Amino acid sequence: MSNLTNITLKIWRQSGRADGGRFESYVIDEISDEASFLELLDILNESLIEAGKEAIVFDHDCREGICGTCSLMIDGQAHGPERGTATCQLHMRKFASGDTIVVEPWRASAFPIIKDLMVDRAPLDRIVESGGFITAETGGAPDANLIPIPKPVADASMDAAECIGCGACVAACPNGAANLFTGAKIAHLNLLPQGQAERYKRAELMVETMDEHFGSCTNHGECEAACPKSISIDVIAVMNADYLKSKFKNRKSLSRT
Amino acid sequence: MSINLDSKVPEGPMADKWNNYKAHEKLVNPSNKRKFKIIVVGTGLAGASAAASLAELGYNVDAFTFHDSPRRAHSIAAQGGINAAKNYKGDGDSIYRLFYDTVKGGDFRSREANVHRLAEVSVDIIDQMVAQGVPFAREYGGMLDNRSFGGAQVSRTFYARGQTGQQLLIGAYQQLARQIGLGNVNLYNRMELVDVVNIDGRCAGIVTRDLLTGEVASHSAHAVVLATGGYGNAFFLSTNAMACNATAVWRAHRKGAAFANPCYTQIHPTCIPQADDFQSKLTLMSESLRNDGRVWVPTSAEETRTAADIPENERDYYLERIYPSFGNLAPRDVSSRAAKRAVDSGQGVGPLKNGVYLDFAEAIVRLGEDTIRERYGNLFDMYERITGENPYQVPMRIYPASHYTMGGLWVDYELMTTVPGLYCAGEANYSDHGANRLGASALMQGLADGYFVLPYTISNFLSELLNKPIPDTTHQAFKAAEEMAGARFKQFASIGGTRSPDYFHRQLGKIIWDYCGMERTQQGLEKALSEIPALYDEFKKDLRVTGDLKSTNQTLEKAGRVEDFFELGMLMCRDALTREESCGGHFRAEHQEADGEAKRDDENFAHVAAWEWSGDPMAPIRHQEQLEYEVIKFQTRSYK
Repeated sequence: MSNLTNITLKIWRQSGRADGGRFESYVIDEISDEASFLELLDILNESLIEAGKEAIVFDHDCREGICGTCSLMIDGQAHGPERGTATCQLHMRKFASGDTIVVEPWRASAFPIIKDLMVDRAPLDRIVESGGFITAETGGAPDANLIPIPKPVADASMDAAECIGCGACVAACPNGAANLFTGAKIAHLNLLPQGQAERYKRAELMVETMDEHFGSCTNHGECEAACPKSISIDVIAVMNADYLKSKFKNRKSLSRT
Repeated sequence: MSINLDSKVPEGPMADKWNNYKAHEKLVNPSNKRKFKIIVVGTGLAGASAAASLAELGYNVDAFTFHDSPRRAHSIAAQGGINAAKNYKGDGDSIYRLFYDTVKGGDFRSREANVHRLAEVSVDIIDQMVAQGVPFAREYGGMLDNRSFGGAQVSRTFYARGQTGQQLLIGAYQQLARQIGLGNVNLYNRMELVDVVNIDGRCAGIVTRDLLTGEVASHSAHAVVLATGGYGNAFFLSTNAMACNATAVWRAHRKGAAFANPCYTQIHPTCIPQADDFQSKLTLMSESLRNDGRVWVPTSAEETRTAADIPENERDYYLERIYPSFGNLAPRDVSSRAAKRAVDSGQGVGPLKNGVYLDFAEAIVRLGEDTIRERYGNLFDMYERITGENPYQVPMRIYPASHYTMGGLWVDYELMTTVPGLYCAGEANYSDHGANRLGASALMQGLADGYFVLPYTISNFLSELLNKPIPDTTHQAFKAAEEMAGARFKQFASIGGTRSPDYFHRQLGKIIWDYCGMERTQQGLEKALSEIPALYDEFKKDLRVTGDLKSTNQTLEKAGRVEDFFELGMLMCRDALTREESCGGHFRAEHQEADGEAKRDDENFAHVAAWEWSGDPMAPIRHQEQLEYEVIKFQTRSYK
């Protein structure tokens, strides 16, 4: 355990949507390398409050890398420099004394800034509401073991289902596309036997809702690199294949409502 | 409002009670359901499953979350699994056995009829979640896999890697999202409950504060469900998420809902110890690690060598020594207290001497590093990310931390609080775990309440209100509550002291942890009951909240939550002081056997303590609901 000294933070401050926003610099004289990056912001906020200044607004909650609430572009990278790690799991030992660290909110026009580092990610919920579910109303389910699922299928579905919905993929994408998020949800459900009944309707509705809010994918692959759960861009291929098929299948079957 | 603790347990033999209830409850005709409005606060497992199921039935549902999305609720962080009496392994499991294990695990302080119903519906939960597309772990033949957890002799725990809570919550969230998309549920996000309003002796609705604009507004309904989680953050440092708070249940308590057993809190033995004074939360390391890890501390308090340099004869494998038959897998409460004793005696390890070793060296020699990586790889990675130490090479350091709260709002068999029309579900209520919760039972209870209990019990109440309009939010009771809430937040902002809400939360948490944590004494609790009000007075004079009232202000939000923790903290200590016995997670040092085990007093304390708000947080009124055990007879829990 040791301490880092003289850390300069350049943090984006913006009081609301009407405000143009600006970077402000803060110097942290000393911080333990055991501290997490968000604890650094906690300490800064506590000193701002005690000095009578307004604390920096940022989204965060579980601090275990699972709830997907935290965000932040740190030195231009979504969730910072450590691969497969959400901001809340990033620790100061990844930085050095004397560093200047630039902290910004998610960059995407689909995620308007609410205040400082907090953005509105509601379009991700709209995509799920349009079809990111299996219709199975409470009470009518058959015995769980009536539907055998081969282990590799369950594992592949689980790989996609690990998505925490943080929006890093969108923030990292030069086009602000949400294909990794949407593809992960479609792959999770469309790979499973339970998901077959609504498979093509789901793909069509989710992709088209996604397109209303987000940019287009041009295969940069930045999303996979930024994903704190290291979800593979293979899920985008699953999505694209099912979306294409949906244009034939949904016409033939009557599954569209 | 007078306190009525009628549990409303149905007649008949234990195994028939729930069926009898369902056969005779009053129903609401499908075409009449749309005439009712129900408010659900919280979108974790209990809240999301309740809101979705009630909307599917045809009720109008307003769902509230203070998060940006319902999927962020803290149920998402549960790791291990969910219990169900499926008996897929053919190893002797049954509804009775799950019922029995839960009553015994709860140290005979839960209501038998509720626990039996929980065991009954546990099997339906797994069916429902698989139908929703939850990718539970499978065997190669395609059938569901199970593992075993503490306090059980069968394998009944279903899991999805180390992320069972995440997968279950996403299942329930997707079901809720479907109802939102269909327009059956109105979702209010980034909106916090700040008061509960009663009119004519029943719950009429809630008052909320918009976390983006500061606007205070009222919402009325025929019934209100609180599914707002536990109060573990009263300790400041806990495994709970940063925003977890007791405000909703505490505001309801102040409006007449009795608070039951607040002293029943669970301390989990295997968390990563605190690294510095500014630490914001603690991280759990799954209990499963104790299958292969050995817990030890140096025999000497003066020890300065690294773990590898300490010879075998200067190590104390204290769990193996004291509990030879359970060894490193002794139950949570027992292991936690043993770790505390070791650290208190100066034998702690790590830079702050505030942990004990959990050592895998022997398991790595015996099984090989690859096997250990296969079993625990993701946990080892998480540990390394947080501590910077490689647990394949040096032992992990662990220490107990607040993890779950068994206490909560008192509810009857229908999950209704002492306020008619106000329901409470999931961790927020006190119901099914007694004085100690077994592993993999929290997810089960949250989903049982939301999917399979509330949708049945709520119609029994609503049927009486048919064709009655929802209360008018311009009613004087709503206006008064809005004014009070607005004034309260304005007051926080105008104190102009010198300390942030976090400063007070940290101080408060330390008092509660020191005196109302793993081990409690009369003297300590009395000390806490003098220190907390003194700190509370300082809070009221020296708090500083910067920023404005009309845009996002996390400092202001925190101030309200911390104030509610002050009042709840007093009640936790008062409850611990008046419960003159040791049971489950509540250990009073004065009440122990000669060997240090908990000494329960069934003659005087086989009851639920339900506290009534008197207006003075230091003078609550204690009521009792006697617990009757018709099926399972009292016995002493022993793990030697």
